[in-house]
Amino acid sequence: MSLLQVKNLVVEFPGRRGTLRALDDVSFEIAPGEILGVVGESGAGKSLTGASIIGLLEPPGRVASGQILLEGERIDGLPYEQMRKIRGRKIGAIFQDPLTSLNPLYSVGRQLIETITTHLPVTPAEARQRAIQLLKDTGIPAAEQRIDHYPHQFSGGMRQRVVIALALAAEPKLIVADEPTTALDVSIQAQIITLLKTICKERGAAVMLITHDMGVIAETCDRVAVMYAGRVAEIGPVHEVINHPAHPYTAGLMACIPDMTQDRENLHQIDGAMPRLNAIPQGCAFNPRCERVFDKCGQARPDLMHAGATQAACWLHDNKVAA
Amino acid sequence: MSEVKTKALVRATDLAKTFDVSAPWLNRVLEGQPKMLLRAVDGVSFEIEKGKTLALVGESGCGKSTVARLLVGLYEPTRGGFEFDGEDAHAAFKTPEGRKLRRRIQMIFQDPYASLNPRWTVEDIIAEPLREHEILSDEAAVKERVGELLKSVGLSPLDMVKFPHQFSGGQRQRISIARALATHPEFLVCDEPTSALDVSVQAQVLNIMKDLQRQQGLTYLFISHNLAVVRHVSDQVGVMYLGRLVELADKHTLFDTPRHPYTRMLLDAIPKMHDTGKARTPVSGEVPNPLNPPSGCAFHPRCPHANARCSSERPQIQAIAGVKVACHAVEEGRI
Repeated sequence: MSLLQVKNLVVEFPGRRGTLRALDDVSFEIAPGEILGVVGESGAGKSLTGASIIGLLEPPGRVASGQILLEGERIDGLPYEQMRKIRGRKIGAIFQDPLTSLNPLYSVGRQLIETITTHLPVTPAEARQRAIQLLKDTGIPAAEQRIDHYPHQFSGGMRQRVVIALALAAEPKLIVADEPTTALDVSIQAQIITLLKTICKERGAAVMLITHDMGVIAETCDRVAVMYAGRVAEIGPVHEVINHPAHPYTAGLMACIPDMTQDRENLHQIDGAMPRLNAIPQGCAFNPRCERVFDKCGQARPDLMHAGATQAACWLHDNKVAA
Repeated sequence: MSEVKTKALVRATDLAKTFDVSAPWLNRVLEGQPKMLLRAVDGVSFEIEKGKTLALVGESGCGKSTVARLLVGLYEPTRGGFEFDGEDAHAAFKTPEGRKLRRRIQMIFQDPYASLNPRWTVEDIIAEPLREHEILSDEAAVKERVGELLKSVGLSPLDMVKFPHQFSGGQRQRISIARALATHPEFLVCDEPTSALDVSVQAQVLNIMKDLQRQQGLTYLFISHNLAVVRHVSDQVGVMYLGRLVELADKHTLFDTPRHPYTRMLLDAIPKMHDTGKARTPVSGEVPNPLNPPSGCAFHPRCPHANARCSSERPQIQAIAGVKVACHAVEEGRI
């Protein structure tokens, strides 16, 4: 059974000039222990998807319809107090900027111990031992001393390790990591990604890794969902999506990335930009930018359909059209 | 690296910038604290030929942006100098003729949200250098030139009445490029011009920059931490670590046969797109505090090839087998 199921999720932002639909009919599943990458450009809705799952949608944003199920139970629309118990205990979160996700006034040990004692039935002394062990597991040298240090005494990479330790403190089943390495340098990024991957494998935690970096996805994830304008454009095994993209947007996105192995005079470019939420085109949202657009694309909105080893929301893969 | 000295348009010699980050005077006196000097750039030399691109790469705090600011005259070098087209640029910046030189050197900044005045229209923004440098006086001619500039970066002349907030990040960066091109510069210093952009937009901006280089024979100093982008745009690449150049080589040489251990580490750290699931070997350690850099070679605490000499003696950058590299191990033939 899937650990997390997101079914037809719609997130809306009511505003004075009408309601903006930021996520439109998003569905995917995460199996226990699986790493699912969610990739897309700014405004695609990847962070909102993560925020909906951990129940931290900024008002006035709200889940308008659809369901989010964790281990078969609905977690969308739970009262705040109940959601608080799930967040941290069952779902851990890692955010982009490690400095803002730690409280600068408390030592990292106090923050870890607080998280552990809130969610697990342990004494403060046991919690401290556990916290030290977590810091050791996340590769922080001299954890016994470092536990009493404050966030500003850690470097960026070390802080992100503390945040990972914090997310893992109550042994959650699912970690939602929203751009965990974007604020870090490449050499540190490699360290953090490797750590995240091994530590979650060891503990059997599933990860939803939100990033805009295809390279990170390629190296880390089992499956990947490519998002565009609030919808999933393509989802499938990471190897297939990267090497045989079925959706023209995925193909374009891959071709935009400068290649390390070959020389090209000009990069492939997708003309135009992601549409604004108040001006999402009719039919397939990608159709004005798509190279392989045909008449049906402007008329009807494609849903995910089988396209080789992956699933893509693109009429090119509709058997009725192809036939 | 060409040794023919007359060809280089830009030549930096032993460029250095030190910032005084000491505590206030009273604290120093009362608490007996010493002066603290941050050597942001410490003896960097390079040349760029006309029409070519030199890329500087490195992690945060390695001094690459300081080099950019030194080259456009936003900072005064503490030591060393920079020659543009054969004349000492920093001496010239101070003279009344310095304006002519500034016209020939322009800069594109990283953040297109912060580098455009939100209360000015696009026309005001792009026309500012034209008016400031008194290139065009006739208002109709200014308008026409702004229109041309917008067209050259793939925007419409009709966009000139809009304000920056009406554009996306990529379009704003194009406006910055148009502004930089307004004075017909020969040398553009680009400080992370695409880091704030999405990949599809990054491709658009990089393509425009390359097209403009071909059409107008522009010379670029391109600063980035993204090695894939650097490989795409540059002719030569300089790798910086803690304020110093550790390797300077032709693009293909550097990416195919990196010499310096730090360059190798950076290249290893890039996620490889097409062999999915393969774990890379992460490098241990972090960039040290530049206020208190390690003795000898600044990279030695993280270097797998370091020995006693590396921790005591600072390697000088020297030509070894066609590339310039500052490493004892490479010099001794150990790696």
